[in-house]
Amino acid sequence: MPHFDLAAVLTDEFRGWLISGFLLSLELTLIVWLLALPLATFTALCRLSSLAPARWVGFALVEGIRNIPLLVHLLFWYFAVPELLPESIRAWLYEHNAEFICAAGGLTLYTAAFMAEDIRSGIRAVPITQLEAARALGFGFLASMRRIVLPQAVRIIVPPLISQSLNLWKNTSVATVIGTAELMYQAQRVETASFRGVETFTLTTLAYLSVSLIITALAVWFQRRYPVRTA
Amino acid sequence: MIDIIDTYWLYFLVGQYPDGPLGGLVLTILLGFSALVLALPFGVLLGLARVSERRWLRWPVTALVYIVRGTPLLMVIFWAYFFLPSVTGHKTEQFSTMLTALVFFNGMYIAEIVRAGIQGIARGQMECARSLGLSYVQAMRYVILPQAARNMLPSLVNQFVTTLKETSLGYIIGLAEVSFIANQINIQLLTRPVAVFSTLALVYFVLCFGLSRLAYYLEVRHSRTAAGTARS
Repeated sequence: MPHFDLAAVLTDEFRGWLISGFLLSLELTLIVWLLALPLATFTALCRLSSLAPARWVGFALVEGIRNIPLLVHLLFWYFAVPELLPESIRAWLYEHNAEFICAAGGLTLYTAAFMAEDIRSGIRAVPITQLEAARALGFGFLASMRRIVLPQAVRIIVPPLISQSLNLWKNTSVATVIGTAELMYQAQRVETASFRGVETFTLTTLAYLSVSLIITALAVWFQRRYPVRTA
Repeated sequence: MIDIIDTYWLYFLVGQYPDGPLGGLVLTILLGFSALVLALPFGVLLGLARVSERRWLRWPVTALVYIVRGTPLLMVIFWAYFFLPSVTGHKTEQFSTMLTALVFFNGMYIAEIVRAGIQGIARGQMECARSLGLSYVQAMRYVILPQAARNMLPSLVNQFVTTLKETSLGYIIGLAEVSFIANQINIQLLTRPVAVFSTLALVYFVLCFGLSRLAYYLEVRHSRTAAGTARS
Protein backbone atom coordinates (compact mmCIF):
# COMPACT_ATOMS: atom_id res chain seq x y z
CA MET A 1 0.00 0.00 0.00
CA PRO A 2 1.44 3.41 -0.91
CA HIS A 3 2.53 5.84 1.75
CA PHE A 4 -0.30 7.75 3.48
CA ASP A 5 -0.11 11.21 1.94
CA LEU A 6 -2.92 13.68 2.55
CA ALA A 7 -1.29 16.30 0.33
CA ALA A 8 -2.02 14.07 -2.68
CA VAL A 9 -5.76 14.69 -2.35
CA LEU A 10 -5.42 18.30 -1.24
CA THR A 11 -4.26 19.75 -4.53
CA ASP A 12 -6.24 22.81 -5.59
CA GLU A 13 -8.44 20.80 -7.92
CA PHE A 14 -9.33 17.97 -5.53
CA ARG A 15 -9.74 20.30 -2.58
CA GLY A 16 -12.17 22.37 -4.61
CA TRP A 17 -14.25 19.28 -5.41
CA LEU A 18 -14.36 18.13 -1.81
CA ILE A 19 -15.25 21.57 -0.46
CA SER A 20 -18.02 22.06 -3.01
CA GLY A 21 -19.37 18.61 -2.07
CA PHE A 22 -19.26 19.45 1.62
CA LEU A 23 -21.09 22.74 1.05
CA LEU A 24 -23.72 21.05 -1.12
CA SER A 25 -24.31 18.42 1.61
CA LEU A 26 -24.80 21.20 4.14
CA GLU A 27 -27.13 23.07 1.78
CA LEU A 28 -29.14 19.92 1.13
CA THR A 29 -29.42 19.24 4.88
CA LEU A 30 -30.56 22.80 5.58
CA ILE A 31 -33.15 22.98 2.79
CA VAL A 32 -34.58 19.55 3.59
CA TRP A 33 -34.74 20.38 7.29
CA LEU A 34 -36.67 23.58 6.63
CA LEU A 35 -39.11 21.78 4.31
CA ALA A 36 -39.51 18.67 6.48
CA LEU A 37 -40.29 20.36 9.78
CA PRO A 38 -43.63 21.99 8.80
CA LEU A 39 -44.63 18.84 6.89
CA ALA A 40 -43.81 16.71 9.95
CA THR A 41 -45.75 19.00 12.28
CA PHE A 42 -48.75 18.85 9.98
CA THR A 43 -48.55 15.04 9.77
CA ALA A 44 -48.19 14.73 13.55
CA LEU A 45 -51.26 16.92 14.10
CA CYS A 46 -53.16 14.77 11.58
CA ARG A 47 -52.26 11.66 13.55
CA LEU A 48 -53.48 13.27 16.79
CA SER A 49 -56.64 14.71 15.31
CA SER A 50 -60.05 13.68 16.54
CA LEU A 51 -61.16 13.26 12.92
CA ALA A 52 -60.71 9.63 11.87
CA PRO A 53 -59.91 10.33 8.16
CA ALA A 54 -57.15 12.79 9.17
CA ARG A 55 -55.68 10.13 11.45
CA TRP A 56 -55.73 7.57 8.62
CA VAL A 57 -53.98 9.98 6.26
CA GLY A 58 -51.31 10.68 8.88
CA PHE A 59 -50.83 6.98 9.61
CA ALA A 60 -50.62 6.05 5.93
CA LEU A 61 -48.09 8.81 5.24
CA VAL A 62 -45.81 7.91 8.14
CA GLU A 63 -45.90 4.12 7.72
CA GLY A 64 -45.84 4.25 3.93
CA ILE A 65 -42.73 6.39 3.89
CA ARG A 66 -40.81 4.95 6.84
CA ASN A 67 -41.02 1.36 5.68
CA ILE A 68 -39.38 1.95 2.32
CA PRO A 69 -35.58 2.40 2.15
CA LEU A 70 -34.30 5.90 1.41
CA LEU A 71 -32.46 4.56 -1.62
CA VAL A 72 -35.75 3.41 -3.15
CA HIS A 73 -37.31 6.80 -2.40
CA LEU A 74 -34.49 8.52 -4.23
CA LEU A 75 -34.58 6.11 -7.21
CA PHE A 76 -38.31 6.66 -7.44
CA TRP A 77 -37.95 10.44 -7.28
CA TYR A 78 -35.24 10.51 -9.87
CA PHE A 79 -36.49 7.93 -12.39
CA ALA A 80 -40.25 7.70 -11.87
CA VAL A 81 -41.49 11.07 -10.61
CA PRO A 82 -40.42 13.01 -13.74
CA GLU A 83 -42.45 10.54 -15.83
CA LEU A 84 -45.55 11.47 -13.87
CA LEU A 85 -45.07 15.20 -14.42
CA PRO A 86 -46.42 17.17 -17.37
CA GLU A 87 -43.94 17.81 -20.19
CA SER A 88 -43.31 21.49 -19.38
CA ILE A 89 -42.49 20.92 -15.71
CA ARG A 90 -40.26 17.97 -16.62
CA ALA A 91 -38.27 20.10 -19.03
CA TRP A 92 -37.93 22.77 -16.36
CA LEU A 93 -36.74 20.13 -13.88
CA TYR A 94 -34.00 18.84 -16.16
CA GLU A 95 -32.79 22.38 -16.76
CA HIS A 96 -32.62 23.18 -13.05
CA ASN A 97 -30.38 20.58 -11.43
CA ALA A 98 -32.84 17.68 -11.32
CA GLU A 99 -30.43 15.63 -9.16
CA PHE A 100 -30.56 18.17 -6.37
CA ILE A 101 -34.32 18.76 -6.53
CA CYS A 102 -35.14 15.03 -6.59
CA ALA A 103 -32.75 14.34 -3.72
CA ALA A 104 -34.34 17.16 -1.72
CA GLY A 105 -37.82 15.82 -2.49
CA GLY A 106 -37.05 12.25 -1.41
CA LEU A 107 -35.12 13.29 1.67
CA THR A 108 -37.83 15.73 2.74
CA LEU A 109 -40.55 13.06 2.74
CA TYR A 110 -38.29 10.50 4.41
CA THR A 111 -37.11 12.90 7.14
CA ALA A 112 -40.59 14.31 7.72
CA ALA A 113 -42.02 10.84 8.38
CA PHE A 114 -39.50 10.21 11.16
CA MET A 115 -39.81 13.73 12.59
CA ALA A 116 -43.61 13.39 12.64
CA GLU A 117 -43.36 10.39 14.94
CA ASP A 118 -41.04 12.27 17.32
CA ILE A 119 -43.37 15.25 17.38
CA ARG A 120 -46.40 13.05 17.93
CA SER A 121 -44.88 11.13 20.84
CA GLY A 122 -43.66 14.41 22.34
CA ILE A 123 -47.15 15.86 22.22
CA ARG A 124 -48.62 12.67 23.63
CA ALA A 125 -46.17 12.84 26.54
CA VAL A 126 -47.96 15.99 27.74
CA PRO A 127 -50.77 14.75 30.00
CA ILE A 128 -54.11 14.66 28.17
CA THR A 129 -55.67 16.57 31.08
CA GLN A 130 -53.75 19.68 29.95
CA LEU A 131 -55.63 19.56 26.65
CA GLU A 132 -58.91 18.78 28.36
CA ALA A 133 -58.49 21.67 30.80
CA ALA A 134 -57.67 24.04 27.94
CA ARG A 135 -60.71 22.88 25.97
CA ALA A 136 -62.90 23.22 29.07
CA LEU A 137 -61.69 26.80 29.42
CA GLY A 138 -63.00 27.49 25.93
CA PHE A 139 -59.85 27.24 23.76
CA GLY A 140 -60.36 25.59 20.37
CA PHE A 141 -58.30 22.49 19.43
CA LEU A 142 -55.69 24.48 17.53
CA ALA A 143 -55.53 27.25 20.11
CA SER A 144 -55.07 24.82 23.00
CA MET A 145 -52.38 23.01 21.01
CA ARG A 146 -50.56 26.24 20.26
CA ARG A 147 -50.90 27.96 23.63
CA ILE A 148 -50.95 25.09 26.14
CA VAL A 149 -49.74 21.74 24.81
CA LEU A 150 -46.98 22.60 22.28
CA PRO A 151 -44.98 24.92 24.59
CA GLN A 152 -44.73 22.05 27.08
CA ALA A 153 -44.07 19.44 24.40
CA VAL A 154 -41.18 21.38 22.85
CA ARG A 155 -38.76 20.39 25.60
CA ILE A 156 -39.54 16.72 24.97
CA ILE A 157 -39.56 16.99 21.18
CA VAL A 158 -36.35 18.91 20.54
CA PRO A 159 -33.75 16.26 21.56
CA PRO A 160 -35.16 13.53 19.25
CA LEU A 161 -35.57 16.14 16.50
CA ILE A 162 -31.89 17.00 16.82
CA SER A 163 -31.01 13.33 16.45
CA GLN A 164 -33.25 13.17 13.36
CA SER A 165 -31.28 16.12 11.99
CA LEU A 166 -28.14 14.07 12.55
CA ASN A 167 -29.73 11.20 10.60
CA LEU A 168 -30.64 13.66 7.86
CA TRP A 169 -27.04 14.87 7.65
CA LYS A 170 -25.83 11.27 7.32
CA ASN A 171 -28.63 10.36 4.90
CA THR A 172 -27.63 13.08 2.43
CA SER A 173 -24.77 10.75 1.50
CA VAL A 174 -27.24 8.34 -0.13
CA ALA A 175 -28.10 11.06 -2.68
CA THR A 176 -24.88 10.11 -4.46
CA VAL A 177 -26.81 7.23 -6.14
CA ILE A 178 -28.79 9.66 -8.27
CA GLY A 179 -25.74 11.76 -8.98
CA THR A 180 -26.30 14.68 -6.64
CA ALA A 181 -22.86 16.26 -6.39
CA GLU A 182 -22.71 16.16 -2.59
CA LEU A 183 -19.74 15.15 -0.46
CA MET A 184 -19.90 11.39 -1.04
CA TYR A 185 -20.20 11.90 -4.80
CA GLN A 186 -17.19 14.23 -4.84
CA ALA A 187 -15.23 11.82 -2.64
CA GLN A 188 -15.79 9.02 -5.15
CA ARG A 189 -14.76 11.40 -7.91
CA VAL A 190 -11.54 12.37 -6.15
CA GLU A 191 -10.83 8.73 -5.36
CA THR A 192 -11.23 7.70 -8.99
CA ALA A 193 -9.06 10.55 -10.21
CA SER A 194 -6.29 10.28 -7.61
CA PHE A 195 -6.25 6.54 -6.74
CA ARG A 196 -5.89 7.71 -3.14
CA GLY A 197 -8.80 5.89 -1.50
CA VAL A 198 -7.55 5.89 2.08
CA GLU A 199 -6.65 9.59 2.10
CA THR A 200 -9.88 10.64 0.40
CA PHE A 201 -12.07 8.59 2.70
CA THR A 202 -10.18 9.74 5.79
CA LEU A 203 -10.88 13.36 4.90
CA THR A 204 -14.51 12.64 4.00
CA THR A 205 -15.11 10.67 7.19
CA LEU A 206 -13.65 13.53 9.24
CA ALA A 207 -15.88 16.02 7.42
CA TYR A 208 -19.01 13.96 8.14
CA LEU A 209 -17.90 13.35 11.70
CA SER A 210 -17.20 17.00 12.49
CA VAL A 211 -20.73 18.08 11.63
CA SER A 212 -22.21 15.01 13.37
CA LEU A 213 -20.33 15.76 16.58
CA ILE A 214 -21.48 19.40 16.51
CA ILE A 215 -25.09 18.22 16.18
CA THR A 216 -24.60 15.68 19.00
CA ALA A 217 -23.07 18.38 21.22
CA LEU A 218 -26.07 20.57 20.49
CA ALA A 219 -28.41 17.82 21.70
CA VAL A 220 -26.43 17.35 24.92
CA TRP A 221 -26.39 21.12 25.53
CA PHE A 222 -30.15 21.41 24.97
CA GLN A 223 -30.94 18.60 27.38
CA ARG A 224 -28.81 20.22 30.09
CA ARG A 225 -30.15 23.72 29.46
CA TYR A 226 -33.82 22.79 29.04
CA PRO A 227 -34.49 19.57 30.97
CA VAL A 228 -37.98 18.08 30.72
CA ARG A 229 -40.12 19.42 33.56
CA THR A 230 -42.15 16.80 35.32
CA ALA A 231 -45.36 18.00 36.89
CA MET B 1 -47.63 -3.70 -14.18
CA ILE B 2 -48.93 -7.27 -14.20
CA ASP B 3 -47.02 -8.05 -17.40
CA ILE B 4 -43.76 -6.89 -15.83
CA ILE B 5 -44.32 -9.05 -12.76
CA ASP B 6 -45.26 -11.94 -15.05
CA THR B 7 -41.99 -11.66 -16.97
CA TYR B 8 -39.57 -10.76 -14.25
CA TRP B 9 -40.87 -12.28 -11.02
CA LEU B 10 -38.23 -15.00 -10.82
CA TYR B 11 -35.38 -12.59 -11.63
CA PHE B 12 -36.77 -10.22 -9.00
CA LEU B 13 -36.92 -12.98 -6.38
CA VAL B 14 -33.59 -14.78 -6.83
CA GLY B 15 -31.56 -12.85 -9.42
CA GLN B 16 -29.72 -15.03 -11.90
CA TYR B 17 -29.79 -18.08 -9.64
CA PRO B 18 -29.36 -21.02 -10.40
CA ASP B 19 -27.40 -20.01 -13.54
CA GLY B 20 -25.53 -17.27 -11.68
CA PRO B 21 -25.04 -15.95 -8.16
CA LEU B 22 -28.05 -15.71 -5.87
CA GLY B 23 -29.65 -12.26 -5.88
CA GLY B 24 -32.92 -10.41 -5.62
CA LEU B 25 -35.32 -10.39 -2.73
CA VAL B 26 -33.97 -13.65 -1.29
CA LEU B 27 -30.49 -12.11 -1.10
CA THR B 28 -31.89 -8.99 0.59
CA ILE B 29 -33.59 -11.05 3.28
CA LEU B 30 -30.58 -13.35 3.67
CA LEU B 31 -28.21 -10.40 4.01
CA GLY B 32 -30.45 -8.51 6.45
CA PHE B 33 -30.98 -11.61 8.57
CA SER B 34 -27.32 -12.68 8.70
CA ALA B 35 -26.24 -9.12 9.42
CA LEU B 36 -28.57 -8.91 12.41
CA VAL B 37 -27.71 -12.36 13.73
CA LEU B 38 -23.98 -11.64 13.56
CA ALA B 39 -24.30 -8.08 14.85
CA LEU B 40 -26.20 -9.28 17.91
CA PRO B 41 -23.32 -10.97 19.82
CA PHE B 42 -20.99 -8.18 18.68
CA GLY B 43 -23.43 -5.55 19.92
CA VAL B 44 -23.96 -7.35 23.25
CA LEU B 45 -20.20 -7.38 23.89
CA LEU B 46 -19.93 -3.68 23.01
CA GLY B 47 -22.97 -2.89 25.14
CA LEU B 48 -21.44 -4.72 28.12
CA ALA B 49 -18.23 -2.73 27.59
CA ARG B 50 -20.29 0.48 27.56
CA VAL B 51 -21.64 -0.23 31.06
CA SER B 52 -18.41 -1.76 32.38
CA GLU B 53 -16.82 -0.29 35.49
CA ARG B 54 -13.39 -0.58 33.88
CA ARG B 55 -12.47 2.72 32.28
CA TRP B 56 -9.87 1.29 29.90
CA LEU B 57 -12.69 -0.76 28.42
CA ARG B 58 -15.55 1.71 28.65
CA TRP B 59 -13.90 4.82 27.23
CA PRO B 60 -12.47 3.47 23.95
CA VAL B 61 -15.71 1.59 23.20
CA THR B 62 -17.79 4.68 23.98
CA ALA B 63 -15.60 6.75 21.66
CA LEU B 64 -15.90 4.11 18.92
CA VAL B 65 -19.68 4.00 19.26
CA TYR B 66 -19.91 7.79 18.99
CA ILE B 67 -17.59 7.91 15.99
CA VAL B 68 -19.38 5.19 14.03
CA ARG B 69 -22.81 6.60 14.86
CA GLY B 70 -21.68 9.96 13.51
CA THR B 71 -20.59 8.44 10.21
CA PRO B 72 -22.93 7.60 7.33
CA LEU B 73 -23.35 3.87 6.66
CA LEU B 74 -22.27 4.50 3.07
CA MET B 75 -18.92 5.72 4.37
CA VAL B 76 -18.50 2.49 6.37
CA ILE B 77 -19.38 0.49 3.25
CA PHE B 78 -16.71 2.30 1.23
CA TRP B 79 -14.16 1.69 3.97
CA ALA B 80 -15.03 -2.02 3.96
CA TYR B 81 -14.83 -2.04 0.17
CA PHE B 82 -11.32 -0.59 0.29
CA PHE B 83 -9.91 -2.07 3.43
CA LEU B 84 -11.06 -5.68 3.36
CA PRO B 85 -9.07 -6.64 0.25
CA SER B 86 -5.87 -5.19 1.71
CA VAL B 87 -6.46 -6.91 5.05
CA THR B 88 -7.49 -10.33 3.74
CA GLY B 89 -5.12 -10.22 0.77
CA HIS B 90 -7.60 -11.21 -1.91
CA LYS B 91 -10.53 -9.48 -3.55
CA THR B 92 -13.60 -9.58 -1.32
CA GLU B 93 -16.93 -10.22 -2.98
CA GLN B 94 -19.73 -7.70 -2.55
CA PHE B 95 -21.80 -9.88 -0.23
CA SER B 96 -19.05 -10.23 2.39
CA THR B 97 -18.15 -6.54 2.04
CA MET B 98 -21.73 -5.53 2.68
CA LEU B 99 -22.14 -8.07 5.48
CA THR B 100 -19.00 -6.83 7.26
CA ALA B 101 -20.07 -3.20 6.96
CA LEU B 102 -23.59 -3.96 8.21
CA VAL B 103 -22.41 -6.07 11.15
CA PHE B 104 -19.90 -3.43 12.21
CA PHE B 105 -22.34 -0.54 11.79
CA ASN B 106 -25.35 -2.23 13.38
CA GLY B 107 -23.21 -3.59 16.21
CA MET B 108 -22.80 0.00 17.40
CA TYR B 109 -26.54 0.62 17.35
CA ILE B 110 -27.28 -2.69 19.07
CA ALA B 111 -24.69 -1.75 21.70
CA GLU B 112 -26.81 1.28 22.56
CA ILE B 113 -29.97 -0.85 22.71
CA VAL B 114 -28.19 -3.30 25.03
CA ARG B 115 -26.82 -0.49 27.19
CA ALA B 116 -30.27 1.07 27.54
CA GLY B 117 -31.75 -2.37 28.26
CA ILE B 118 -29.20 -3.06 31.03
CA GLN B 119 -29.53 0.39 32.53
CA GLY B 120 -33.31 -0.04 32.53
CA ILE B 121 -32.96 -2.86 35.07
CA ALA B 122 -33.05 -1.62 38.66
CA ARG B 123 -29.58 -1.36 40.26
CA GLY B 124 -30.81 -3.44 43.17
CA GLN B 125 -30.94 -6.50 40.90
CA MET B 126 -27.18 -6.41 40.35
CA GLU B 127 -26.42 -5.61 43.99
CA CYS B 128 -28.71 -8.41 45.13
CA ALA B 129 -27.18 -10.95 42.75
CA ARG B 130 -23.66 -9.97 43.82
CA SER B 131 -24.50 -10.19 47.51
CA LEU B 132 -25.95 -13.67 46.93
CA GLY B 133 -22.45 -14.68 45.84
CA LEU B 134 -22.72 -14.56 42.05
CA SER B 135 -19.73 -13.15 40.22
CA TYR B 136 -20.17 -10.09 37.97
CA VAL B 137 -20.25 -12.31 34.88
CA GLN B 138 -22.71 -14.74 36.44
CA ALA B 139 -24.94 -11.90 37.62
CA MET B 140 -24.97 -10.43 34.11
CA ARG B 141 -25.52 -13.81 32.51
CA TYR B 142 -28.28 -15.18 34.76
CA VAL B 143 -29.94 -12.14 36.31
CA ILE B 144 -29.48 -8.91 34.35
CA LEU B 145 -29.32 -9.92 30.66
CA PRO B 146 -32.41 -12.20 30.67
CA GLN B 147 -34.48 -9.34 32.08
CA ALA B 148 -32.85 -6.76 29.81
CA ALA B 149 -33.52 -8.98 26.79
CA ARG B 150 -37.24 -8.58 27.33
CA ASN B 151 -36.89 -4.79 27.36
CA MET B 152 -34.73 -4.91 24.26
CA LEU B 153 -36.90 -7.15 22.09
CA PRO B 154 -39.09 -4.46 20.42
CA SER B 155 -36.03 -2.27 19.69
CA LEU B 156 -34.23 -5.26 18.21
CA VAL B 157 -37.10 -6.03 15.86
CA ASN B 158 -37.06 -2.36 14.80
CA GLN B 159 -33.32 -2.64 14.26
CA PHE B 160 -34.00 -5.60 11.96
CA VAL B 161 -36.34 -3.40 9.92
CA THR B 162 -33.61 -0.77 9.72
CA THR B 163 -31.06 -3.40 8.68
CA LEU B 164 -33.34 -4.71 5.92
CA LYS B 165 -33.70 -1.17 4.59
CA GLU B 166 -29.95 -0.64 4.83
CA THR B 167 -29.20 -3.70 2.68
CA SER B 168 -30.50 -1.60 -0.24
CA LEU B 169 -27.22 0.35 -0.11
CA GLY B 170 -25.55 -2.77 -1.51
CA TYR B 171 -26.86 -1.34 -4.79
CA ILE B 172 -24.03 1.19 -4.73
CA ILE B 173 -21.23 -1.39 -4.66
CA GLY B 174 -23.03 -3.54 -7.24
CA LEU B 175 -24.46 -6.23 -4.97
CA ALA B 176 -27.35 -7.90 -6.82
CA GLU B 177 -29.92 -7.40 -4.06
CA VAL B 178 -33.51 -6.48 -4.83
CA SER B 179 -33.00 -2.72 -5.47
CA PHE B 180 -30.15 -3.46 -7.85
CA ILE B 181 -32.24 -6.05 -9.67
CA ALA B 182 -35.15 -3.60 -9.92
CA ASN B 183 -32.83 -1.06 -11.45
CA GLN B 184 -31.60 -3.67 -13.94
CA ILE B 185 -35.21 -4.41 -14.89
CA ASN B 186 -35.82 -0.68 -15.27
CA ILE B 187 -32.83 -0.38 -17.59
CA GLN B 188 -34.06 -3.29 -19.71
CA LEU B 189 -37.58 -1.88 -20.01
CA LEU B 190 -36.57 1.80 -20.14
CA THR B 191 -40.10 3.16 -20.38
CA ARG B 192 -41.70 1.79 -17.22
CA PRO B 193 -39.88 3.32 -14.22
CA VAL B 194 -43.11 4.12 -12.34
CA ALA B 195 -44.32 0.51 -12.42
CA VAL B 196 -40.91 -1.00 -11.62
CA PHE B 197 -40.04 1.24 -8.70
CA SER B 198 -43.59 1.15 -7.28
CA THR B 199 -43.38 -2.63 -7.20
CA LEU B 200 -40.00 -2.43 -5.49
CA ALA B 201 -41.32 0.05 -2.92
CA LEU B 202 -44.37 -2.12 -2.30
CA VAL B 203 -42.25 -5.22 -1.66
CA TYR B 204 -40.09 -3.39 0.88
CA PHE B 205 -43.21 -1.93 2.44
CA VAL B 206 -44.90 -5.30 2.96
CA LEU B 207 -41.75 -6.74 4.50
CA CYS B 208 -40.86 -3.82 6.77
CA PHE B 209 -44.39 -2.83 7.74
CA GLY B 210 -45.13 -6.40 8.79
CA LEU B 211 -42.05 -6.48 10.97
CA SER B 212 -42.62 -3.06 12.52
CA ARG B 213 -46.17 -4.09 13.37
CA LEU B 214 -44.65 -7.11 15.12
CA ALA B 215 -42.37 -4.77 17.11
CA TYR B 216 -45.37 -2.62 18.01
CA TYR B 217 -47.32 -5.67 19.15
CA LEU B 218 -44.38 -6.87 21.27
CA GLU B 219 -44.10 -3.43 22.83
CA VAL B 220 -47.78 -3.26 23.72
CA ARG B 221 -47.71 -6.76 25.17
CA HIS B 222 -44.50 -6.00 27.03
CA SER B 223 -45.77 -2.81 28.64
CA ARG B 224 -48.88 -4.70 29.71
CA THR B 225 -46.98 -7.53 31.41
CA ALA B 226 -44.18 -5.30 32.74
CA ALA B 227 -46.75 -3.29 34.69
CA GLY B 228 -47.01 -6.20 37.12
CA THR B 229 -43.27 -6.54 37.86
CA ALA B 230 -41.62 -4.58 40.62
CA ARG B 231 -39.19 -1.88 39.52
CA SER B 232 -37.54 0.94 41.37
